[in-house]
Amino acid sequence: MIRFLFKGLIRDRSRSLFPVLTVVIGVILTVFLYNWINGAEFNFIDSSARFSTGHVKIMSRAYAQEADQVPNDLALVGVESLLDELRNEHPAMIWTPRIRFGGLLDVPDAQGETRAQGPVMGLAVDLISATSAERGILKLEEALVRGRRPQNPGEALISENFAHRLDVRPGETATLISATMPGGMAVANFTIVGTIRFGVEAMDRGAMIADIADIRAALDMEDAAGEILGFFTDFIYRDPLASGLAARFNAVYRDEPDEFAPIMDTLSSQSGMGDILAMMKMFSGLVLAIFVGVMSIVLWNAGLMGSLRRYGEIGVRLAMGETKTHIYGSLILEALMIGALGSVIGTAVGLAASYYLQAHGLDIGFMMKNASLLISNVFRAKVSPASYVVGFIPGLAATFLGSAISGLGIYRRKTSQLLKELEA
Amino acid sequence: MKKHARTYGLALLISALAEAQYPSGDWILQKIDENIGSDNKISHSLMIIQGRRGSRTVESRSWIQGDEKSFTEYLAPPREAETKMLKLGDQLWTYSPSTDRTILISGHMLRQSVMGSDLSYEDLMEDRKLKQMYDARVVGEEDYDGRACWVLELTARADNVAYHSRKIWVDKERFVSLKEDRFAKGGKLLKRTEVKDVQRMDGRWIPKKILFKDMLKTGVGTEFILNDVQFNADIPDYIFTKASLRR
Repeated sequence: MIRFLFKGLIRDRSRSLFPVLTVVIGVILTVFLYNWINGAEFNFIDSSARFSTGHVKIMSRAYAQEADQVPNDLALVGVESLLDELRNEHPAMIWTPRIRFGGLLDVPDAQGETRAQGPVMGLAVDLISATSAERGILKLEEALVRGRRPQNPGEALISENFAHRLDVRPGETATLISATMPGGMAVANFTIVGTIRFGVEAMDRGAMIADIADIRAALDMEDAAGEILGFFTDFIYRDPLASGLAARFNAVYRDEPDEFAPIMDTLSSQSGMGDILAMMKMFSGLVLAIFVGVMSIVLWNAGLMGSLRRYGEIGVRLAMGETKTHIYGSLILEALMIGALGSVIGTAVGLAASYYLQAHGLDIGFMMKNASLLISNVFRAKVSPASYVVGFIPGLAATFLGSAISGLGIYRRKTSQLLKELEA
Repeated sequence: MKKHARTYGLALLISALAEAQYPSGDWILQKIDENIGSDNKISHSLMIIQGRRGSRTVESRSWIQGDEKSFTEYLAPPREAETKMLKLGDQLWTYSPSTDRTILISGHMLRQSVMGSDLSYEDLMEDRKLKQMYDARVVGEEDYDGRACWVLELTARADNVAYHSRKIWVDKERFVSLKEDRFAKGGKLLKRTEVKDVQRMDGRWIPKKILFKDMLKTGVGTEFILNDVQFNADIPDYIFTKASLRR
């Protein structure tokens, strides 16, 4: 039966070409958009986790309430013992302390007076120690544009754009002016040993990366840190695992009345990240639904035209005694074969385009000039196992729905009038 | 209709008569400036800054000449000791002994907090006379902290002032501004000051203790205590030079 229908489809191109093309185009777009959204979601999660949120983040309760303002006066204290505890209890995760700080970076002239200055958003991480995980987390080697990474105390990196703006070259000194944890004025000299470009506009605008020991000394934050970030070792964020970990951690401190007691947040619970991720998932579902809907309407229309063209053929088949249900079933089977063929071709082309964008990416930096979200300027598609099957949902569903609706006309044919219709 | 017009006219007349009983806003501002203004002064002050983790006291000595020049040296706490600030006109430099750097504070940094207090650099730099900066209108009389006050609304004459408008409560007898609400151009309340202690010194009424509250921050505010002030003091010119920052 299938072989018979397949031969019919091959020999009668008007029955197959237009529906197959419709399915191919729809499936290509579905697969490509699905991978594109997947890539955007991965990009967003990955950049946010590495630069800001971690997969989980521990802060003091008071700090967490105003985290967007980076209130280092409310930072966690006793960080080393908390880190030891975390590393013992959750050895499968990477734990690392960070201090975010704002201020002014001032470049002196030969007399030690201001030559250039600009507002800076700084990140203090463990850069120098032998066991530092941060060099990998921040992908510093890849981001380095000029100079080298800090290897000694008092050395720092700044973003390449910022270095150009201040006209600073590796090897020159710059002074950080910020606020100490108790609120005083913090002034510290750093040697700029290199420049970096992360490809994330929000970081590349005016970032400074320094070793956490130096910033602790400058900001009077001995054994303190604004945040402790936790990462799954494979750097893939899993919300249920992170939520479970946060719930267990927070349960320990639930009855602690101190506003500076630690609290753990997951990536999805920070700064509206959960809403953005939910929106991306909804958008992904919406794309599938739209393509199923639009393709169904197009294929329904194609089915109706086909029914008109095959009016005589169906009449003969009914006159020869073939049941309406059998004819209806064969039309649906034909449509599913068209859907499957179109889905295979569409998926192949969609995946090829997605793999190309996964490897090469698309630079949208010109659209991100004032972006505050931590999203890479280069958007890449991301192909996952689901990418291989997602196109079959609209491909098969639309052809099935289209032929199922248009084929209902068969049941309105009256056998009593068949011969009259055939004569005409 | 005629009845409404009469009522409206009467209300206007009463309001005009009431305003006529008030002194002019400019006159009150001049009295404030005369009371506190001085060609030169040397002061010693404390800032008690209340934070979420406790309080800190910052001690400083300032030399002020007219409304253009001032020099401040921080004396305590130890971490901030010997930090110095020099204001010449609309420019402000700070010197940090730990880095041996003289840094120009400009742009948005001027709106930042000084030493974690509720005062900004702009607040510290504002030595110009009120009458030079604002047009004033007396809007009423109220008691504040047991003292009879004129209530004035001030509107900036130019754009280069830290606060676009202010509402101030001025002691009728001493001509000291006992309370001030300072607003941004959009009408948002940015800062509130309340004078907690006024003392007679050198024939002037001096606010000895002022509570500054940055209304955009949580917390109880910063207490500014003027320990000592010498008016029309003799200040050598070299004090107001960048070289003195490194001395």
